[in-house]
Amino acid sequence: MSAVLEPPVPAIDKNKEEVETVTIRFAGDSGDGMQLTGTQFTNTSAIVGNDISTLPDFPAEIRAPAGSLPGVSGFQLNFSSQDIRTPGDQPNVLVAMNPAALKVNLPDLEEGGTLIINSDEFTKENLERAAYKSNPLEDGSLAGYRVHTLPISTLNSNALKGTVELSRKEISRCKNFFALGVLYWLYDRPLDPTLNWINAKFRKNPELAKANEVVLKTGYNFAETTEVFTTAYTIKKAVIAPGRYRKITGNEATAIGFVTAAELAGRTLFYGSYPITPASDILHELARHKNFGVKTFQAEDEIAAVCAAIGASFAGHVGLTGTSGPGVALKQEAIGLAVMTELPLVIVNVQRGGPSTGLPTKTEQADLFQAVWGRNGECPALVVAPATPADCFNMAIESVRLAFKYMVPVFYLSDGYLANGAEPWAVPAIEKLPRIEVTFATNPTNFMPYARDEATLARPWALPGTPGLEHRIGGIEKQNITGNVNYDPENHQLMVKLRQEKVDRAVADVPPLEVFGEPKGKVLVLGWGSTYGSITSAVEKMQKEGKPVSSAHLRYLNPFPGNLGEVLRNFETVIVPEMNLGQLCTMIRAKYLVDAVAFSKVKGRPFQIREIIRKVEEYL
Amino acid sequence: MNTQGNGTNGNGHVDQSVSAESEGGASLFHIAPPPGELTKKDFVSNQEVRWCPGCGDYAILNNVQKVMPDLGIPREKMVFVSGIGCSSRFPYYMNTYGFHGIHGRAPAIATGIKAANPDLSVWVITGDGDALSIGGNHFVHVLRRNLDINYILFNNRIYGLTKGQYSPTSVFGQRTKSTPMGVIDYPLNPLSLAIASEATFVARSIDIDVKHLGAMVEAAAKHKGVSFLEVYQNCNIFNDGAFDYFAERSVRPDKVLYLEHGKPMLFGKDRNKGIRMKGALPEVVTIGENDVTEADILVHDIYLEDPSVAFMLARMEQPEFPQPVGIFRSINRTSYDQLLVEQIDSAIAKSGPGSLDKLINTGDMWTVE
Repeated sequence: MSAVLEPPVPAIDKNKEEVETVTIRFAGDSGDGMQLTGTQFTNTSAIVGNDISTLPDFPAEIRAPAGSLPGVSGFQLNFSSQDIRTPGDQPNVLVAMNPAALKVNLPDLEEGGTLIINSDEFTKENLERAAYKSNPLEDGSLAGYRVHTLPISTLNSNALKGTVELSRKEISRCKNFFALGVLYWLYDRPLDPTLNWINAKFRKNPELAKANEVVLKTGYNFAETTEVFTTAYTIKKAVIAPGRYRKITGNEATAIGFVTAAELAGRTLFYGSYPITPASDILHELARHKNFGVKTFQAEDEIAAVCAAIGASFAGHVGLTGTSGPGVALKQEAIGLAVMTELPLVIVNVQRGGPSTGLPTKTEQADLFQAVWGRNGECPALVVAPATPADCFNMAIESVRLAFKYMVPVFYLSDGYLANGAEPWAVPAIEKLPRIEVTFATNPTNFMPYARDEATLARPWALPGTPGLEHRIGGIEKQNITGNVNYDPENHQLMVKLRQEKVDRAVADVPPLEVFGEPKGKVLVLGWGSTYGSITSAVEKMQKEGKPVSSAHLRYLNPFPGNLGEVLRNFETVIVPEMNLGQLCTMIRAKYLVDAVAFSKVKGRPFQIREIIRKVEEYL
Repeated sequence: MNTQGNGTNGNGHVDQSVSAESEGGASLFHIAPPPGELTKKDFVSNQEVRWCPGCGDYAILNNVQKVMPDLGIPREKMVFVSGIGCSSRFPYYMNTYGFHGIHGRAPAIATGIKAANPDLSVWVITGDGDALSIGGNHFVHVLRRNLDINYILFNNRIYGLTKGQYSPTSVFGQRTKSTPMGVIDYPLNPLSLAIASEATFVARSIDIDVKHLGAMVEAAAKHKGVSFLEVYQNCNIFNDGAFDYFAERSVRPDKVLYLEHGKPMLFGKDRNKGIRMKGALPEVVTIGENDVTEADILVHDIYLEDPSVAFMLARMEQPEFPQPVGIFRSINRTSYDQLLVEQIDSAIAKSGPGSLDKLINTGDMWTVE
């Protein structure tokens, strides 16, 4: 152990206080390693048994000028001894590594919240870059908060000076782990998980490993001995069902969900994609799983990506394409081709703020209409939406199952919040997952490419390479049964109806909608997609207070669950919180003639629990 | 690099030193006898062909159907993929698997098909608008990807299916429905673009030069890697006679240069005219005049790795030069579909076949008792 790790003064007596839930936001320059710091804190918290939920918030610019407002990167983490479903409404603690980080994030900090500030970075130059007219550390503007200013940069370089052979820049880049060490003491976390990570990560660079280890421990010891902090906080283990857990983001769960789906179907996964935020991580993850036979194709553009997926599906693979909203806009014509050729296809849309380029790194749910109605002609497709990061795994499997069974395209609507947010995932037992059934046509006797399955109306899937089944498909209207090009008016109307009917019949595979709370009452909060956490937490809280509120969450949006109409009619008011201007709300008003209320938030940020509570209270 | 070939070269490359002169020319492909009992008829679908009477597309269809039995590939392993346009109706008329896609996207659909099943013989049928205008991006990328497919571009220098607007290959100044005062953008040369896009096989033929066309289709089919074949195709409704100035039978010997591997670039009724290098540029010379002998004439080499000569030939056109047809370039490069499979094999060799149990039980994990 290095001498610097010894406390400089004997430890003073400090209080320990137990708290239930804490929300911390780490904020700094995009080069400061805030995502890594947040991730380490999250992993350690999960390992000690807390429930966790995270929300990274990073700029679209890779490296905006150091110290500037657009360059601020943040990572919010909620950890608790209770069951939590969101990364927290408001941070209780804000770690600000420079003036810009303080300026951007301070408005979100709770009243009286804790500020941990790297005072070394509050230089005249950095204050100017952050457009501060005076130094907030000196002008009294932080009076409403518990402020801890620490010279983190100096403490960091002092700890490493003469200890490691690294450049000044390399030393400076360790300071996030100094801050992490401070936070570990403050919230009574063990250092081991991060120390193990450091040793694995920097195995080939012992100097860097040593430096990170030293500053992490120094940060911890500093917090323990300094008089700046008088209290450390403990958070008990959460009561979580026993089992194996994995911290997982929505994009990770999506990728491994599709690998699993392909295995369950006994088919090869083909992923055609063009890089786009926030969907690219799915491509990265799938590209690592070639030993499953997974074929990833980074196409020349969005259209090529979906067309290749359609071609692969024609040839018998699981045809999958993934993108975000602007990419879906480009793919729509091809998705129409998949509808017309009645081939299975799954389109992943990790939604982001729109329209156009919009807010690439921020979340939104405004592509529901695009999925349900976004193509020329009567062009129905199935639509599903995972509710949480871990649920992405389930819905990925579900979307492949549906696409195969009904020979239709299926939209899978994730969003930036699910994609990058993480939560604990109780890993399933693989052997308990149901197989996905696939049958291919093989018998040439009376083979008709557009013959229909009685129950599902699906046409047969006949793979090129099968002798005797040579046939032609395409985007021109086809005669039912024979598949010949056909412009007959009666046939067209029949085919339009058949394509719709296939989607309608998929309701047989949609589980009935469950109501959380009383099945009848004053208010139903109806959601879909990533709003699940905020809605459920809000409703649960109000139910505990005895309020007549229930909630229900749609994971199938086309077709809707068969009992949706009945569920809606059992409530006086239906409120639909959405990160759009009321798309689901419009759909249920049109279909069920209920006077539902749209509750819109389109700020690139998820709903807060209290926002939903406030809205519901208006109707009680 | 093999520059001359009999049978296959050192890398298993099929020899494409085609000797296919104009109609009535002496030798064509010497190929193995057709396997099985497939005949041209087996490749004719039951669909009524709906092109305008007299369209050049008929000749191309006929030729492709004729060549098919000779390729030794079972019918069920063939897939014809197309985009939108007159030529893109082609797959409906082939009794094979077919996919009539959307405008410009056939190469992308073909990529998915071939990547999913490299055993299939995949053909892309496209036109000048489909390939070079709306599908320009996919044209470039499917060629540089070197997907092992055959790509036939029917170039009629006009939009037929939309009834007569100018296309990216329409000549400068051409009056069409959408350019009543003449085209004011400069035409694209499909071969230049194909060569610039790293195509490993680049050839050109003419719809009415039946034997040459058949030989080119066959050579394209046998090339491992992407094969690009441009066919000058007459649209007798909207651009009739567009290629007569060199392709018409009576002027053809003087105005078309038949490129043949290993042979001097000679043309003319008396085969006394040829291409010679003058500095960095080609020129047309006559043997016997100004001391020019056959030894001065450039000898064609389709296997040159460097694309410069192929590019130079692709830029030659009437009236300054004879219009070259034949194989411009044919080089060896491992195909995309093969590399894709190799990567998968090597991943399996390295980490073993994928295990779902391992897949989900990795990362940041912990146990709750």
